[in-house]
Amino acid sequence: MIEFFNLPILINHYLILSSLIFLLGVIGIFLNRKNVISILMSIELILLGVNINFIAFSYFSSDLTGQIFSLFILTVAAAEAAIGLAILVVYFRNKGTIDVKDINVLKG
Amino acid sequence: MYYSILFYIFSFFVILSSIGVITSKNPVYCVLYLILAFINSAILFLFLNAEFLAMLLIVVYVGAVAVLFLFVVMMLNINIEEKKSKLLKFKPLSVILGSIILVEFLYFLIIDNSTLEKLSNTPNLEQKNNTISLGNILYTDFALLFQMCGVILLVAMIGAIVLTLRKRPGVKKQIIKNQVDTKKEDVIEVVSVKNNEGA
Repeated sequence: MIEFFNLPILINHYLILSSLIFLLGVIGIFLNRKNVISILMSIELILLGVNINFIAFSYFSSDLTGQIFSLFILTVAAAEAAIGLAILVVYFRNKGTIDVKDINVLKG
Repeated sequence: MYYSILFYIFSFFVILSSIGVITSKNPVYCVLYLILAFINSAILFLFLNAEFLAMLLIVVYVGAVAVLFLFVVMMLNINIEEKKSKLLKFKPLSVILGSIILVEFLYFLIIDNSTLEKLSNTPNLEQKNNTISLGNILYTDFALLFQMCGVILLVAMIGAIVLTLRKRPGVKKQIIKNQVDTKKEDVIEVVSVKNNEGA
């Protein structure tokens, strides 16, 4: 047990962690079909996993470009959350619900 | 050694709170778990010498995005009560998709490990200050992308305002144009009142 903790943390550890978070985000999209806000939160989780991946590669390859791209992902995620929540608020105002199963206006 | 233990502890909390995000019934708990995941990831970023991004994650995500989520959750008044059977309908699909992606990831990470071996184990970023180093390349090499980020944020801000703006009838509002356009003749009436005959 002590030897296990003496092992250095390599890039594999961070990649496994980021892929697990990404995976949980993808599963969350399919699992939480009750409302759109859960799907938006799952998308935030996916972006967090991608950020960890970028920063781990940036650290282990001694290149700051990964951190720059993580910064851009953060910006786009903030914009996406703002727009998504605005659409959600407008939709709720018009329909009174945000259940995914009720969003079928285009069905005809 | 302490570093390894801390990595395992914080990554455990990140994964635990991510599971909380996708399994909680109450959306408010979902947002709080999301905040916990972000804070623990920020600590993991500190291990990777990304101090600026760690602070940015806390300021932008926890301070702005998560609070925005909280506001919307409270505003929308979503009914928490949800039947279990509807959730179970989508469970096989999510498990199948998740296991496919997990197998792919594990294949590339554990079995096909040849490309990762090239990366050095002892990184040498040669930086005094993470923020200064980031700024040095952000404002020179990535100046165009940086400005495009500003445009994206501007468009998102205008879009969010335009989407949520609405005119409700019967609400008293200050209209600046009407105030400025008001003439003296419209609002003041000069009446000559005789002595001892006033109202």
